[in-house]
Amino acid sequence: MEEVKPQLIKITFDGIEVEVAPGTTIMQAARKIAEADESQAGLVPPAMCYYKPLPSSGGKCRACLVRVAQGSAKDPRPMPKLVPSCITQVQEGMVVENTTNDAVLETRKSIVEFLLINHPLDCPICDQAGECHLQDFAFEHGSAKTRYEEERRTFDKIDIGPNIQLHMTRCILCYRCVYTADQITNKREHGVMGRGDAAEISTYISNAIDNEFSGNVIDVCPVGALTDKTFRFKNRVWFSKPEDAHCECDKCSGKAIVWYRGDEVIRVTARKNVWGEVNEFICNTCRFDRKKTSDWVLEGPTKVKRSSVISANKYRANLVPKPDFAMKLAATQFKPIDDSRPYVTDTETIREQSIENNDKANHRSLLSQNN
Amino acid sequence: MARKILTEHINVPGIETFDVYRKHGGYTAVEKVIKTMTPEEVVEEAKKSGVRGRGGAGFPMGMKWGFLAKPEGVPRYLVCNADESEPGTFKDHHLMKSIPHLLIEGMIVSSFALGANKSFIYVRGELMYVIRILEKAIEEAKAKGFLGKNILGSGYDLELVVQPGGGAYICGEETALLESLEGKRGNPRNKPPFPAVKGLYQSPTVVNNVESISNMPWIINNGGDAYAAIGIGRSTGTKLISASGHIRKPGVYEIELGVSVDEFLNSDEYCGGIRDGHYLKALVAGGSSVPILPAHLITKTANGEDRLMSYESLSDGSFATGTMLGSGGFIVFDETACIVRNTWNFSRFYHHESCGQCSPCREGTGWMEKVLHRIEHGHGNMHDIDLLVDISKKIEGNTICPLGDAAAWPVASAIRHFRDEFVWHITHPHEASQPGAVYRDAVLA
Repeated sequence: MEEVKPQLIKITFDGIEVEVAPGTTIMQAARKIAEADESQAGLVPPAMCYYKPLPSSGGKCRACLVRVAQGSAKDPRPMPKLVPSCITQVQEGMVVENTTNDAVLETRKSIVEFLLINHPLDCPICDQAGECHLQDFAFEHGSAKTRYEEERRTFDKIDIGPNIQLHMTRCILCYRCVYTADQITNKREHGVMGRGDAAEISTYISNAIDNEFSGNVIDVCPVGALTDKTFRFKNRVWFSKPEDAHCECDKCSGKAIVWYRGDEVIRVTARKNVWGEVNEFICNTCRFDRKKTSDWVLEGPTKVKRSSVISANKYRANLVPKPDFAMKLAATQFKPIDDSRPYVTDTETIREQSIENNDKANHRSLLSQNN
Repeated sequence: MARKILTEHINVPGIETFDVYRKHGGYTAVEKVIKTMTPEEVVEEAKKSGVRGRGGAGFPMGMKWGFLAKPEGVPRYLVCNADESEPGTFKDHHLMKSIPHLLIEGMIVSSFALGANKSFIYVRGELMYVIRILEKAIEEAKAKGFLGKNILGSGYDLELVVQPGGGAYICGEETALLESLEGKRGNPRNKPPFPAVKGLYQSPTVVNNVESISNMPWIINNGGDAYAAIGIGRSTGTKLISASGHIRKPGVYEIELGVSVDEFLNSDEYCGGIRDGHYLKALVAGGSSVPILPAHLITKTANGEDRLMSYESLSDGSFATGTMLGSGGFIVFDETACIVRNTWNFSRFYHHESCGQCSPCREGTGWMEKVLHRIEHGHGNMHDIDLLVDISKKIEGNTICPLGDAAAWPVASAIRHFRDEFVWHITHPHEASQPGAVYRDAVLA
């Protein structure tokens, strides 16, 4: 009997047509475009909470909101609100606008702002810096200044078991670690407590997580809220050298990345795909205990995205130069300068003007002090 | 006197007991439905009546019932949303504690219409004494054969469960309510799928407000068309309004939809006017989450027409010059009320009640509250006003559930209509931060 192929659905994403299987989400359709053509990687909506290997994750951070300009071929009305692309399923003839819609980009900018207002911005001392999704997200979509003047929420650091530290102050409440604990490990011992911006990831009455796969919460955490205590403050990730390696492990697949500083193994993590997702979780023995080169069979240097800071100062044979990148960047940065003012050479006038400017500046600072 | 549907017998002594309620025409709707009608006919009557959801959104109840998926072999559920927690709304509380059998009769009728054999009443945890009243009433109904197995010998079974909530406002959102009912953390679900397809325990579920369900016995006894004849236009029937604030007679009133706001506010039958020696400044017409209205837009719409207590008339002019009927929490402010302080108070509530699941609401509500706190206490800057408008715009429509919108609207509308008051707080920080300080509008004074 001939195998019946499911009817593919055709959608338009930012003007690019793509055919996907029914039940695919908009996010996956966008990733499909980017996987087919690497130059389109910028089209893919960012994901802060969505994690494909963890079912039912997503829809919480609202970073991936897109506009559906046409719901489907049958019902061509646009959707009234922006929809989360990570959980919205495609329909035949759907037209989606992501980077081509200003409202979407504006909203995304505000999501960065929202996520950062209660984030401590302690990147200089954070172990996640350099591989932090929030850093990437803020760099790509945020603005350089904050409008937030209020106090930020803070929490005490909590030790979850001997190997994991929870620094709740940095958490963006993506719920990924909760889903991991729920789905990967066989007994969930932690969850979300409290409400609103006082909500926190916690183990009930600070129970230690005692589970062979609990270490994976470190890898799924998009920020530095869950960190590896065997690695804390050991090294910056961009000074370390990642190597793909595997080992014979009876609990997990044994496929991992071993991070070196010189000859020393400073940490072990699971392998992430191009979207920063772990598909094969590793056990705690591999992660925390196998810290010798002799424990591992090395496969070669890990492929790191050229845009990642981890790739800095590392040799790559197949380096593709991008000469137009600097020009593109410059084009976005430059603004026309207002040079309609008369050109002043008279020293007396310059002196007067500078005194005037000084007065204005003093006045402003006085005003802000009074407020 | 206006016609009463829900509160006709509410002052009869002993109406909370089965016998007195039965004597006043109670449970006749159950008899009629079970003995003479099919479920489809009941749904048809609900559709004909045009009764709209009384919880705030105003979605036609019959239509909602029509959306219920009916796959074979899967149980269907009816859930009554009695998690009334909106500041300014207290109608369901009044209805349930005074005349519990009305809700139970409505639940039986509605469950029969939807084919549900197990129905839930989710009551907010603070109302423990109401829960006891309801449980007692359920026991009585069960003893008389109106609940339980084989109701009135028809072969139809119905079990009614009263579930206390944990005291979270967010559990009044229907999907968060279902999560909470399942024993999980009350986080709203992403929609679709809607509860009509996948609700409680992944089964088709209808969630209705107490007041909507309590209308069903009257609709069955008198017919959907008779119900549709009451009211005005698409706002059919009567509505309970919880009036509070600076009025002479605060309380719960049942009105026919279409009564003018002026009459409701000033006639002795209802609120009885603003308290002596004061004048009207602002009105929140439908509970704290709807936009606030300034005095000149309350009794007349922007076009100069009379504003009526109906879904359409109150939202006339959309949010620029209108508001919403919402859940009927009618909060009246006279000139002694400080709008900035009030907005901060509302904002504080939404900050406290945000579930913290999606980022715009979790972070934005707290941010708005802190900025408003600063302005109210004399530490505001001029750019804070525009910042508040901008934050509220960024929250609105970008969240999983409507709590984000509910937090954004009061702030945006207060600034839209009372911007000069915010400016005064910033330009006169010392006066504004005094206890009880109020900006008195020169035009109104």
